[in-house]
Amino acid sequence: MSDRSVDIASLAGVASSRAGVRTLLRPKLLSAVHRARAGKSSLERGLTLALTGAGGFSFLYYISFRLLRALREVPEVGPLLATKLLGLGLLLFLGILLLSNLIAALSSFFLAKDLPTVIASPADWLPVYGARLTETLLSSSWMVLLMLAPVLVAYERVYDAGLLFYAMALVTLLPFLVIPASVGAAITLVLVNVFPARRTRDLLGLVSVAAAALLVLAIRILRPERLVNPEGFRNLVDFLEVLRGPSSPWLPSEWAAELLTGSLEGGVDPFWLFLLWSTAAALIVLGAIVHRGLYPRGYTRAQEGAESGTRAGRLWDLLSSALQPLGLQRRQLILKDTRVFFRDATQWSQLLVLGVLLVVYVYNIQVLPVRTSEALSRFLVSMVIFLNLALAGFVLAAVAARFVFPSFSLEGGTLWLLRSSPLRPEALVWSKYWSGAIPLLGLAATLTLVTNAILDVEGGLRALALLTIGTLTLAIVAQALAWGIAFPKFDTENAAQIPTSLGGLLFMLGSLGTLGAVLIAQFWSLREYLRSGLPGRVPRAPTVGEVSVALSLTLLLCAVGTVVPYLYARRRVANLED
Amino acid sequence: MIRLEALTKRYGDFTAVQSIDLEIPVGTLYGLLGPNGAGKTTTLRMIAGILQPDGGRVLIDGHDVVTDPYQAKQSLGFIPDRPFVYEKLTGAELLRFVAGLYGQEGPEVESRIDELLNLWDLQRWRDELVESYSHGMRQKLIISSALVHRPRVLVIDEPMVGLDPRAARLLKDLLRTFVSRGGTALVSTHTLEFAEVLCDRMAVIHQGRIAAEGTIKDLRVTASTAAGRLEAIFLKLTGGVEERELAAVLGG
Repeated sequence: MSDRSVDIASLAGVASSRAGVRTLLRPKLLSAVHRARAGKSSLERGLTLALTGAGGFSFLYYISFRLLRALREVPEVGPLLATKLLGLGLLLFLGILLLSNLIAALSSFFLAKDLPTVIASPADWLPVYGARLTETLLSSSWMVLLMLAPVLVAYERVYDAGLLFYAMALVTLLPFLVIPASVGAAITLVLVNVFPARRTRDLLGLVSVAAAALLVLAIRILRPERLVNPEGFRNLVDFLEVLRGPSSPWLPSEWAAELLTGSLEGGVDPFWLFLLWSTAAALIVLGAIVHRGLYPRGYTRAQEGAESGTRAGRLWDLLSSALQPLGLQRRQLILKDTRVFFRDATQWSQLLVLGVLLVVYVYNIQVLPVRTSEALSRFLVSMVIFLNLALAGFVLAAVAARFVFPSFSLEGGTLWLLRSSPLRPEALVWSKYWSGAIPLLGLAATLTLVTNAILDVEGGLRALALLTIGTLTLAIVAQALAWGIAFPKFDTENAAQIPTSLGGLLFMLGSLGTLGAVLIAQFWSLREYLRSGLPGRVPRAPTVGEVSVALSLTLLLCAVGTVVPYLYARRRVANLED
Repeated sequence: MIRLEALTKRYGDFTAVQSIDLEIPVGTLYGLLGPNGAGKTTTLRMIAGILQPDGGRVLIDGHDVVTDPYQAKQSLGFIPDRPFVYEKLTGAELLRFVAGLYGQEGPEVESRIDELLNLWDLQRWRDELVESYSHGMRQKLIISSALVHRPRVLVIDEPMVGLDPRAARLLKDLLRTFVSRGGTALVSTHTLEFAEVLCDRMAVIHQGRIAAEGTIKDLRVTASTAAGRLEAIFLKLTGGVEERELAAVLGG
């Protein structure tokens, strides 16, 4: 045994060449490839993915195409509105990208499980920055790109811009995505250095909330609805001036919009291209400098300590007593989920975003100009009821994506505890379902009752709207749970990233499909009543028969949309292996 | 009592566990030994009902884990090798939650929680979030969670990970007391000293099959060796590495 000692010096000599960005990214790429290939159900998942993806793409393309074609036929104002819409859309995407990059950078730069290995290796700081920035960029941008693609294809088809437009889109979007990624990574780095240790994760939740609230308020201040209300301007010239002028010339979204619209009309100004690329390059360099100076200290601080201690003991006792009738297992599961939720600031803080969104939403309903013309108001109110239903359904789907969809993934590594105990899978699914459904039903009912009161909706329709949104909520929650179980993200370091996964996108597409089907069924059932509200017709209330048909179809669709995913979720959990 | 009958598990073309038969009687502390990747963790996870077997069955106190899972798991306490727990619960809340999963609550559970936390010197930490616990404290909490519902059968994957010498000694005493009172414990471990000193019987699992089973004396006979220490028997049964190979790897 005498020669067993290891020659450390000779082993250290092996690491003569240092790892580059490609080497550092390789494990992630290979893992993604292996994940895509692995699993018994990969064909089933692939097929589901292809079908839902194609459906979502077609849906977005169809809506964009119809809208753009209709706008193009309006002389003078139409094309200007189309380009303005593109600018607003890109501004919205820029905001979303900045927020998701903040969250993604926290994961990839500070919380990722492979960081100790990378930091302990002799890899230079610059490749580490490059690899982590690329990872941040990819994980936060792919969904935005997927949503943008059908819209850009629609623009190209309507304007018949040709292949050059796609080339220009690529050249434009690359720096457009890099800019928020570099800014997001730098802000996260500064925050980690300023705020103590692991609390940064919680603080970042609050910063995201504040940023989201500001974004929503900024959109309100811009008042995009006045663009579709030319009467608000003194004359057509004023209106055209507003449309022609840039709305936010200092933002990359405006530069990207200028490039893309220029490409649609066959005249690109290279100034915008230069501005976009040079800003992106400068931000990468600045980000790298900030990284070099602050990262070692920030990373160390992010590893220190953790929150301890709890409050609100009496509240938990009260909740436990209120849940007594549910039985011990279900009560304990709901209590556990509630505790975990309210103790994780990255989760509960998003309730604040929800609050801001709801206030803006209700405010918008209140300022809608539905009573401007007496002849039209009856028809408009009827239409607004459906629009309200569609928007409330969308809000509920978004909330479910954030709070219900990740609930199973968040069990993650603790599934061993549940699966080795005598807990029945149906109790787990039941608890997850109702933990999500009850708050969402409360939200849906409040939203519908308040907005219907503002719109002064007739009794029969008010009941129909309430029942519709209630049953729709039950279906949306079941689908969020089922998609979350079908596409779990057990290995995530950050709960806020789970809804931005592929499964989250598929859930949104699926739930919006259900919403669309319910709306079409109701339109069809109430078509005669809706026509009666048009000018020149005798206005009347909807008949009992019409409301009954609408309600029956809604209940049928929502029952299928609830039961099928719920049973799937139960079956899947029962057969799950880790 | 734990009984495995022709237990088999496959991952695609790879057979991780091949038709294992094993009976662990009441009042026995049983060791499961084997090199990395031998199939120990897969076997334990099938016993705990986390993995579904592709063949054969697992009986715990006479109840089949697949066809009668709730009865079988009622008497089981399981500790995995890489345990994750809810970071945002306190130690006491976690133990209360686990007891609830087994249908237990009330003053008896509360006093049991106090006993366990006292035993492991965690009482001071009972109302602190698990995320603030050290690695060893977590391991102690997880061992407590496996005991909080008073199981009759314990299945433990690598019990000594993260424990300081004092806690390791405590666990050894605890396991011996557990089996002396009629409990059954199955422990997978790489710590051969632990198995040698503590286990009544043991099985060496290699490439998904049982290579030898019985008391240390029985293993010596199976390995056809006169070696006294378990390490030598283990290497004989599973194929050890020659010293010159080590030297080659290290460049010596």
